[in-house]
Amino acid sequence: MSSLSTTPLTPEIVSREGNTMVLSMGPQHPSTHGVLQLVLEIEGENVVNVDPEIGYLHTGIEKSAENLFWSQAQTVIERMDYLAPESNSLCYVLAAEKLLGIADRIPSRAQAIRVLFAELTRIASHCVWLGTHCIDLGALSVFFYTFDLRENILDLQEEAGGARMHPNYLRIGGCNGDLPEGFLAKLDALIEKFPGRMADLRGLLQANPIFQDRTIGIANLCANDAVAWNVTGPSLRASGVAYDVRRAFPYCGYESYEFDVPTRTEGDAYARFLVRLEEMEQAHRILQQVRKRLDEPGPVMIDDTKVAAPPKETIALSMEALIHHFKIVSEGFRVPPGDVYQSVESPRGELGFYLVSDGGNRPYRVRTRPPSLYNLQAIKAIARGNLIADLVVTIGSLDPVFGEVDR
Amino acid sequence: MEVGPGKFLLARVDDVARWAQSSSVWPLTMGLACCAIEMMSVTDPQFDIARLGSEVFRSSPRQADLMIVSGRVAQKMAPIIKRIYDQMAEPKWVISMGACASSGGVFDNYAIVQGVDTVIPVDVYVPGCPPTPDGLLHGITLIQQQIREGGRGGILARA
Repeated sequence: MSSLSTTPLTPEIVSREGNTMVLSMGPQHPSTHGVLQLVLEIEGENVVNVDPEIGYLHTGIEKSAENLFWSQAQTVIERMDYLAPESNSLCYVLAAEKLLGIADRIPSRAQAIRVLFAELTRIASHCVWLGTHCIDLGALSVFFYTFDLRENILDLQEEAGGARMHPNYLRIGGCNGDLPEGFLAKLDALIEKFPGRMADLRGLLQANPIFQDRTIGIANLCANDAVAWNVTGPSLRASGVAYDVRRAFPYCGYESYEFDVPTRTEGDAYARFLVRLEEMEQAHRILQQVRKRLDEPGPVMIDDTKVAAPPKETIALSMEALIHHFKIVSEGFRVPPGDVYQSVESPRGELGFYLVSDGGNRPYRVRTRPPSLYNLQAIKAIARGNLIADLVVTIGSLDPVFGEVDR
Repeated sequence: MEVGPGKFLLARVDDVARWAQSSSVWPLTMGLACCAIEMMSVTDPQFDIARLGSEVFRSSPRQADLMIVSGRVAQKMAPIIKRIYDQMAEPKWVISMGACASSGGVFDNYAIVQGVDTVIPVDVYVPGCPPTPDGLLHGITLIQQQIREGGRGGILARA
């Protein structure tokens, strides 16, 4: 069978044309990082062709969002990319604000808090990626180090939003209340702890000969292929293309933060590992800058009672405030008709939302550009010719999240 | 169980079997969605599922005792979950983790099975979206309690 054939492989047909056979990997498999099924055409241990079969986690999130108020839709959208929920809600919130025409009236403290959570979630997401990637390679102990760090970040999310994983703290118009007391002290502790933990991780892995043997020269993706397959995020930057949405189309004031966009040119699994580690360090650098800005008090929600409910204390005193509060809670707010595209740099790449409004209080259409989906399709180009064992490294190094791929 | 006057320990075989079974409930490595990440979190040093003897996540359904349905069950995934459940050896238990697996959760739409208990029998439901790792640990202790107090398990289940 020729490579990159157009007819999809099916697991039901176990063909033995020539020396190849068809084998199904997944959807219940410890190393596919979720419910991915790969239909492999193999010749001995060599992979001749791969067909990813997706949809085992199709949740209908885009459709569900159409039946909810603009502010409620955020709840289901946060459950798309469950490793980086804050990136999802940030992107949706920014898109909705663009449609509402309030994007330039968001308080600066709210923007700083958004950057804070976007970077925290980036570190947490890369922690899960590194832990599971190393489990795939047989190195169990890394998981304990990375999840310990992630727990600290989840504690911060829980403190701010009330939930560990889906805090729903960023809102259209700002954030849901100011940061609680004691939050900044915990953030300081995390910022202080982080460099030591990163040194541990680098010490465990970077020069580790087993880790290098399993990742260097494996899962190669050249820059041309990466761009052609629409790969974004760390997987693209590891192939030498310095595209980062935070630089190319800044949002939330990212242009005022100092950070580097780490790139490598090798384009293999090891390069992606190095890029992600460096991204975590850059995220730490941004955290330090945000921390300084958070010392200044200020409003965290837009002062517009058409979008944001008025402060609780005014409700008992002002009839108007009471009416606004009632209207926002019972029927949401209306968004002017139009459409908008907004993208952010999620831990996996360019996450985009294309929103259409027909002027109602619910979105007319919520279309997502999930980075994992586009990154995953490149597996067809990457995995051919590799061993089956290297396929596990390939999946891990692309870091797909299936909540996002299938939506 | 009672300790006799000499060096003997008298017990019924079934009690011993139940004690041993309840202390080594091995879960299946089957992650579906958000809850799978919290399911992984229970193995980390803060929550340490090894205290309950359940840290051995098995990738093969033949070696697993406990299926943790961790996340939303899509229509496309439901027959596969049923098949994996059928492949597990008796006695076996099922935890439905989170709102989606228990009832469909916030996703009341065309794509999601409204509760995994429409496909396979469930022993313990853990609420939350997602549940905290403590919640899942509590669910596992409830399974252990079921085994020790005469629910399914013991030597009779193997007969």
